[in-house]
Amino acid sequence: MIATPTVDLITVNIDGKDVAVPKGTNVIEAAAKVGVDVPHYCYHPKLTVVGNCRMCLVEMGLPAVDPATKTPVMDPATGKQKINWMPRPVIGCATNASPGLHIRTTTQLVKDCREGVMEFLLVNHPLDCPICDQAGECKLQEQATGYGRGYSRYVEDKNVKPKRTVLGPRVTLDDERCILCSRCIRFSKEVAKDDVLGFIDRGSTSTLTCFPGKQLENNYSLNTVDICPVGALTSTDFRFKMRVWFLKQTNSIDTETSVGANTVVWSREGQIYRITPRQNDEVNDTWMADSGRVLYKQVKAEDRLTHTSVAKQAASLAEAITKASELIKANAGAVRLVASGKNTVEEQFLIKRLADSLATKTSLVSRVGAGDNILVSKDHNPNVRGALLTGLISELPTAQLTTLSSEIDSGKVKVVISFSEDLTAAGISESQLSKVQVIYIGTHHNKTTGLAAIVIPSLTVFEKSGTFINQQFRIQKFVAAVPGPSGVVDDLVILNHLTSSLHGIAVQLTQAAGLIAQTWTSLSATIPSLAPLSFSTIPETGLLVDSTAFAKLPFVETETLHFKPVV
Amino acid sequence: MPEQRRIIFKHIDSPGYTNDIACYQQNGGYETLKAAVLRKPEELIEEVKKSGLRGRGGAGFSCGLKWSLLDRKSGKPIYLIVNADESEPGTFKDRYILHQDPHQLIEGMMITCFANNVKQAYIYIRGEFPEGARILEKALAEARKANFVGSNIVGTTYSCDIFVHRGAGAYICGEETGLIESIEGKRPYPRIKPPFFPAVLGLYQCPTIVNNVETLCHVKHIAAMGGEAYSKIGTPGNTGTRILCVSGHVKRPGYYEFEVGKLTLGELLNDVCGGPLPGRTFKAVIPGGSSAKILRFGERFKGKRKVGAEMQDYDWGLDDVPMDFDSLAMIGSMAGSGGVIVMDDSVSMVEALANINAFYAHESCGQCTPCREGSLWMKRITNRMVLGGARPEDGALLKNVADQIAGRTICAFGEACSWPTQSFVLKFGEEFKTYAERTKDSSATLATTPLV
Repeated sequence: MIATPTVDLITVNIDGKDVAVPKGTNVIEAAAKVGVDVPHYCYHPKLTVVGNCRMCLVEMGLPAVDPATKTPVMDPATGKQKINWMPRPVIGCATNASPGLHIRTTTQLVKDCREGVMEFLLVNHPLDCPICDQAGECKLQEQATGYGRGYSRYVEDKNVKPKRTVLGPRVTLDDERCILCSRCIRFSKEVAKDDVLGFIDRGSTSTLTCFPGKQLENNYSLNTVDICPVGALTSTDFRFKMRVWFLKQTNSIDTETSVGANTVVWSREGQIYRITPRQNDEVNDTWMADSGRVLYKQVKAEDRLTHTSVAKQAASLAEAITKASELIKANAGAVRLVASGKNTVEEQFLIKRLADSLATKTSLVSRVGAGDNILVSKDHNPNVRGALLTGLISELPTAQLTTLSSEIDSGKVKVVISFSEDLTAAGISESQLSKVQVIYIGTHHNKTTGLAAIVIPSLTVFEKSGTFINQQFRIQKFVAAVPGPSGVVDDLVILNHLTSSLHGIAVQLTQAAGLIAQTWTSLSATIPSLAPLSFSTIPETGLLVDSTAFAKLPFVETETLHFKPVV
Repeated sequence: MPEQRRIIFKHIDSPGYTNDIACYQQNGGYETLKAAVLRKPEELIEEVKKSGLRGRGGAGFSCGLKWSLLDRKSGKPIYLIVNADESEPGTFKDRYILHQDPHQLIEGMMITCFANNVKQAYIYIRGEFPEGARILEKALAEARKANFVGSNIVGTTYSCDIFVHRGAGAYICGEETGLIESIEGKRPYPRIKPPFFPAVLGLYQCPTIVNNVETLCHVKHIAAMGGEAYSKIGTPGNTGTRILCVSGHVKRPGYYEFEVGKLTLGELLNDVCGGPLPGRTFKAVIPGGSSAKILRFGERFKGKRKVGAEMQDYDWGLDDVPMDFDSLAMIGSMAGSGGVIVMDDSVSMVEALANINAFYAHESCGQCTPCREGSLWMKRITNRMVLGGARPEDGALLKNVADQIAGRTICAFGEACSWPTQSFVLKFGEEFKTYAERTKDSSATLATTPLV
């Protein structure tokens, strides 16, 4: 057991309410604990504090102490220690909790400060709201409504700055909207470790720009768009496509690597418009890689599998499953399974059950690639650990299926069931594949689907629900954001029916609803480390599961944000 | 008429005095340093504390107290930075020291460094002083050669080097934390305090002293005469001499060095500077550089003040105000950097403020919102006013904008840019109200008047 570090709690008073917070907590965070909103722009919990927006000005007081005797000065009116209020307001972001700290956020001075800062931010801000992508999630809009004066006293000309600067391949800047909070600059330097942004010129003419000869092109550039409190930094991909208030938000998980960054999928009427990070302080903080944000494009990709086929002829799903089970039965003992590290834990569990019933072996294909030590790990499969935990595999996967290859050559294998894996990319040649019958269950066309006897399309991560286990052995769940293509069913449905069919139970196609819960009943009964869990009880930020059984495996991951490999 | 007492400016503009080390030494130069390095550093700090020396850069903060705030327990190196970024409009004292008596500064610095165990010091010189930088480099080379700066100075084991760092032309580099950022090679964005107090987390996050040029020259004389003797110059709480730079509408503008508090504003302007120009009368004066609040002739100031140990009533006209830190603060302005700007009855206060606002809008670094947007807004209002678009309500709007800046910014620039507007409108509100009426026929000529 890891001992919980003892935290020094101190009591501070916010608007008359006492709250215990760890020493060093700033006023914005402490106030949030008692439901007091301290508006801010430049402060971001994961970046250094610069205190430049001045929106979080509050009144601060400290308990009075007699300078000579060092004893508390009591206030006879209240019977409590007297509070010395500072004449000038202080910024909440840079004021840390100290014993007895008192904060007032509802006084006339604080109200005046907020009105003043809001007015100043708006005097040179263009009235772009009707055409601005940020509208609906704009801090400036929200706080102007909440804390602004409500009318303008400004009759002078506004500043004119560049409106569509291309900062990099994915980010476009509208300089007039920029409120110079410097979040993007700090993010690039501190988190992305790619110091390319800065201000030029001075005063109100200050302009955000890239350093000469550089671009904002690192794989984290779109986080600057997320943290931009206004509509200055926009995603070139999302720009002018959709009003954010029309979009449905669905919690999801980034599948590009074993980091498993928590995400939100934004969709409307079955179409996904963007993916943004979801805060998980144990995994990805509030960040995610740009490469993970474009994965939704696979949903409507040209090469998406949408129709079931048997021997290249269109077939119904029931026909395909019947055909598949006949093929498997006819070649009993000569069937091999190739599962994927991209399958969910639930799918892997059912594949394992299928493999057990066929008394055959399952291989997994590894995807080891470059990592960046931030949020892209070296294992580009999201769920190798799920395969270990479900018992689908007992050793780490390899990139080449050498055993399968030699078994095909020796004629030992007649049928291969592949779950989303292109076997030609895993060391099985096209001529080898022509010697066997391939049953392919997956989402996209590839060389293997072209040679497969039976192809059953399935769903992408955005169209189904399930769980992945990331590099920390944290089980994290995601739910379907959009429906799949017409006629395409959940992998769990396919697996269930294939297994039923093999046992001679008539195929009755049903929908996936309830299947997850049903699968979890067996899952938690079979796998001890998942025993107390069910799909609905897994927290939104995931849960660490017992990994001691796998401690000796040589995992490929190196250090990333919030992850250190066990040496 | 009070006599000048020239300590710092003893040799400035005196015939035959040159800025090389030979001339400096012929006049007793570096003797104080030689004696100082034989004493205990703590003794020297004690002398400065006893002297009551207050910073000559603008804020008038106690020099000894500033030194005593240094974080000496951290084990980090301590840096000394000389703020030679003299940029406050109306101020022109440090440039004379740099140009004509650079060794006086170097000697003051080396004593300060020795007293505070500083191993490396910087002179941050204003970008617009290229000649001053050349002179300092030459003087430092001479001082190194003569073993007053560098390794094992004057036969001791103490070593300290001094480097000249040139600014690139920005007023904000005179703000001490902006200056520190600038030396570090960054944009001179002032730092937030807390936590970045220079005495604890200054240059390269190490404890740092930032002192004005004139202040460090005083340190040399304090070391020479002793803190006790120095504290007898001037008036209690406002010790020593200080240089007053008088510009504007007087017969004899220029620099004058007086014991602090020993002369009044009236004596300075009428007796020392020869009074107003022929046919004119004094209208207003800014006593401590353009950011200090303006004072209006004819105003009266009443209250109680501490003289010695007792409280005394005072009832002053502007002429009666002693030129010291406390008196000027008491009447709602400040001694600031010693730049006394005089305006006579020919001056339109709206136009004068337009000029000041144009300066501050140009010099705001742009880091924090109130100053960045407020300074530009105030400039645009006063610009519009002098270009023929004045409205009667502009004065009140100006004051309100300024009120939204002061006290709410990262650095003192917020006060520097809002105090002129606040005080101009407060003291000359009528002029702002009636400006449109008065200038309606002359807007064509005004439009061609350059503002800065």
